[in-house]
Amino acid sequence: MSTDISKINPATPYHQLTEALTVVGGGTSRQFHTGEWRTSTPLFIVENCKQCLLCTPTCPDSCIPVVEGKRQEFELDYCKGCGICANVCSFSAIEMKEGF
Amino acid sequence: MAIRERMSGNEAVAHAIKQINPDVLPAFPITPSTEIPEYVATYIANGEIDTEFIPVESEHSSMSAAVGASAAGARTLTATSSCGLALMWEELYIAASNRLPIALALVNRTLSGPININCDHTDSMGARDSGWIQIYAENNQEAYDNFVQAYRIAEHQDVRLPIMICQDGFITSHAVENIELLEDDLVKAFVGDYAPAEYLLNAARPLAVGPYAISDYGMEARKNQEEAMERSRQVILDVAADFAKVAGRSYAYFEEYRLEDAEYAMLMIGSAAGTAKDAIDELREQGMMVGLLKLRVYRPFPEREIAEALRHVKAVAIMDRAESYRGGGGPLGMEVNAALFKYKAFIESRNYIYGLAGRDFTTDLAQQIFAELESLVVEGQQIPDYQYIGLRK
Repeated sequence: MSTDISKINPATPYHQLTEALTVVGGGTSRQFHTGEWRTSTPLFIVENCKQCLLCTPTCPDSCIPVVEGKRQEFELDYCKGCGICANVCSFSAIEMKEGF
Repeated sequence: MAIRERMSGNEAVAHAIKQINPDVLPAFPITPSTEIPEYVATYIANGEIDTEFIPVESEHSSMSAAVGASAAGARTLTATSSCGLALMWEELYIAASNRLPIALALVNRTLSGPININCDHTDSMGARDSGWIQIYAENNQEAYDNFVQAYRIAEHQDVRLPIMICQDGFITSHAVENIELLEDDLVKAFVGDYAPAEYLLNAARPLAVGPYAISDYGMEARKNQEEAMERSRQVILDVAADFAKVAGRSYAYFEEYRLEDAEYAMLMIGSAAGTAKDAIDELREQGMMVGLLKLRVYRPFPEREIAEALRHVKAVAIMDRAESYRGGGGPLGMEVNAALFKYKAFIESRNYIYGLAGRDFTTDLAQQIFAELESLVVEGQQIPDYQYIGLRK
């Protein structure tokens, strides 16, 4: 009855789903791109950014990667568009745009 | 050799539990089912079985604990009655939709109000759409036999659904009658071990049970659950056939008592069927062709088989020991009438509400009903579609 969850998607016929939708295998939440729920999207305006890194720890979904002390472009797979990052940015380096 | 004993329905079910020695029993006391966990707790205290007994603070908790234990991979059961079942409401659906083969020893008792501790089927009838298999007993022997068959049905890989084994409060649960028990080793061999393919305590295969389903999946999950209930029809018959080989007692979806050549039939569930059989014997001696259909399996509902069994009669009295407050009859009345129509068995039918809150059902009442059916057919007398019988007027 158990099936690799990665083989299941919204086009899967009912009789090919797992019994009681049981999810077999661990760490599957990474495959669930909750960013699809987003109705507004943060834009990174790189020329305004001072790399103060205030935005990174405030993101509830860890969508602002930091490499060698510098924040990178948003990773939007899990970004729900909450806008906290845009709110804490003191340098207008993040703007919220309506839409996905 | 079968063991001849005498015991109450509660003790009979507890005895079956002792023979099965399930893994986990979370339970909360409620009349008239309290004795079942009491007996089992005694067996555990005496070292006769090693079931894990969890004393919980409510039935909401007992069914929640049963859901957790079953998901973890344990053969699980609980017992309850009446308001206890009502308090389990949410978890009944969770147990069924998560496809957890939990057994519930239900001792039927009315729901409040007026508050009352006696038998009717209001509690389990309310749970008829919860996705549980429901099997009913006429007496302590059937309660025992049904419980011995329960896990074989519920745990079958084609089914994997929870099962309610119902008996009538006090009338069956507390009355002491003769009974034939099976030997312990026969029961153990018949029931077998429980080895679920996936379970939470299997560290080698991580598992998430009961995940949130977005609209893309919820309907498909329910269709799968419905098909499992559909497949249980055959499994129930197969298990009954195996049981007959071991015990010499045969079961099906229902028992037909002198129904084959009957002109007038009564259809009912539970202990009152014994009374109806006595009334039928008396009327048969007087030359009246009457018979009984005693429904054993209510979920899944054997609608086609019921229609075929009744097709030849002139009239049937559909007996409900529960009011549905839909305005116009009880749950059995509704479903049996629908079955007769669906399978084009166009016989006269009338729905009677009887035995609510422990009201006695007597042979006189049964004979009165058969007389009404006859007057309806022979004299064309007006008989209400649905009425209370045994009511002070």
